[in-house]
Amino acid sequence: MSLLALEHVDLIYQTEQDETEAVRDMNVTVDEGEFIALVGPSGCGKTTILSMIAGLLSPTRGSVTIEGKPVTPKSGNVGYMLQRDNLFEWRTIEANVLLGLSIRKELTPENKKYAIEMLEKYGLGEFRTHYPGQLSGGMRQRAALIRTLAFRPKLLLLDEPFSAVDFQTRMTVCDDVYSIIKNEGKTAVLVTHDISEAVSMADRIIVLTKRPSSVKTIFNIDIDAPTPLKKRENPRFSKWFDRVWKEVTV
Amino acid sequence: MSDKAYSKLPCRMREVKSPRRAYLAKRRNDKITTVLFQIGLLAALIGLWELAAQVGFIDSFITSCPSRIIKTLGEIEPAELMTHIGYTVLECVIGFFAASAIGILVAVLLWRFNKLRRVLEPYVVVLNALPKIALGPIIIIWVGAGMQAIVVMTILICVIVTIISVLNGFMSVDEGKILLMKSMGASRFQILTKLIIPANVPALVNMLKINVGLAWVGTIMGEYLVSSAGIGYLIIYGSQVFKMDLVMTSTVILCLLATIMYLAVAGVERLTKRKFHVE
Repeated sequence: MSLLALEHVDLIYQTEQDETEAVRDMNVTVDEGEFIALVGPSGCGKTTILSMIAGLLSPTRGSVTIEGKPVTPKSGNVGYMLQRDNLFEWRTIEANVLLGLSIRKELTPENKKYAIEMLEKYGLGEFRTHYPGQLSGGMRQRAALIRTLAFRPKLLLLDEPFSAVDFQTRMTVCDDVYSIIKNEGKTAVLVTHDISEAVSMADRIIVLTKRPSSVKTIFNIDIDAPTPLKKRENPRFSKWFDRVWKEVTV
Repeated sequence: MSDKAYSKLPCRMREVKSPRRAYLAKRRNDKITTVLFQIGLLAALIGLWELAAQVGFIDSFITSCPSRIIKTLGEIEPAELMTHIGYTVLECVIGFFAASAIGILVAVLLWRFNKLRRVLEPYVVVLNALPKIALGPIIIIWVGAGMQAIVVMTILICVIVTIISVLNGFMSVDEGKILLMKSMGASRFQILTKLIIPANVPALVNMLKINVGLAWVGTIMGEYLVSSAGIGYLIIYGSQVFKMDLVMTSTVILCLLATIMYLAVAGVERLTKRKFHVE
C-alpha cells in the first residue's frame, strides 16, 4: 500500500467576491521512501496541495490519506518545511529543534536524545546553544529540517525550501537536505518552481496543469548519481530538464 | 578572516586592527560627550533660572527659582511629604499594573476569539477617541471620591491604548510561524504561549514604557479632580493659594518620580532583551 494517497481531490476556495476552483480531480500516490517533486506554472496551487496533505486544509471533495487514514495535523505523520526557515529567534537551536516534540508533549529523554544526535550528526552540535541570528542561511535551513524530522514524521513536505537562500548556498543546502532525507530514509514531497531543482532531487516529477490544477504528466527520473550536485553533472540531467521544462511551459 | 590567514598577512596590513580601536575610542568619546552635554544643559537651565530670578529679570514670586524650591523642600514636614509621595506613587503603580494586566488579558481574548474582536472593534476605536477625563465626574459618583477614583482614572487612560497596541502586536506575528505551529498540531493555547507571547516580548515592554507616561497622566489628572493628598493635590493646592514655590517643588518631585519609574521599566527591558535574545 502506498504511504500517501490523494484520490479524486477537488478544492474550491470561497471568498466574498468569488469562488475559485484551485484543484480538480487530483490523483497522486506516493510510496514509502520516494522523493516526489510537484512542478507547475506559478499560481497553479502547489502550496494549496501541500496544505491539504498537511491536513491544514480539507479538500472540498475526495480524500487525502496517509496509510489509509485521513490526514490531520494532530497525527504527527507530516512534517512541513516552509519557504523561510521560521526558526524562533528567542529559542536556541536546540530549543527550536525540540519545538515539535514539546508541542506534541513527547519530550521524552529518548526523543530528545534522538533530536540532539541528529543535530550532532549533521554538523550543528556545537551550535546547540546558539540563537538562529548567529547562524548562516544554510545552517538555519539545516536546523529547520532537523526540527521537522525531530518528531519523526512519516512524510516530509518541502515548500520551496531553498527559495529564501541565496544562489550559491542554495546548491550546497540542496545537497545537504537531500542527503539528510535519504540518510534518514524519509519520504518527501517537494514543491518548487525551479525545474533544475526538481530534476536534481526527485525520483518522480509530477507536472501540474494550470489552475484548476490536476496531474498533467508524471516523469520517472532515472539519473544514476548519489547527490543533486552529481546529478546536475550527469549528461542525462539536461535531457530531463528539457523534457520537464517543455511539459511545464506548453 | 580566519586567524591563520590573518597572521600570514604582511605586517603593514595587520595594522588593520588599529582603525578598529580608533573607531571604538570615537564611539566611547561620543557617548561621554553626549552625557556631559545632557548634564551641562540641565545645569545651565537651573543656573540661568536662578540667575534671572536673582537679578530681577523674572519675578520669582510667579516663576519661583531653584533656591526657593530647595527652601520649600526643607520647610515641608518630611513625614507629610512622604505621605503625599506615597499616595501618588501607590495610585500610579496600582493603576499601571492593573491597566497593563487588564489590557493584555483583553488583547488575548480578542486575539483568540475572532468574532468577539470584530464585534468589539468599533467600541474600542470610540473609547480610544473619547477623552477619558470627561468621565471623571461619573467615576467619582460610581466608585466614590478618593484613591479608588484616581486608580480607575489611571486604568481608563492606559487600558485602551494597551489593548490596541498589544492586539496589534499579536495580530502581526508572522503567518509562516503560525502555519508551522499548526502543521505540528499545536492548539490555539500552545500557539499563544509558545509563539505569540514570546514573539511579542519587545512589543509588551514597549507597551509598559508607554504606560509609564500614561499612568502618570491618569494619576495627576485624577488628583486634580478629586484628592486630599498626593503630588497632584499639592500642585492644585499650591496654585489655588498662589504658592508657586510649592507648585514648582511638587513638579520637580513629579519629574524625579517619573524618571525613577521609567528607569525601572528600562531595566526590565534590558533584562528581557538578554533573556529572550531579541532586539
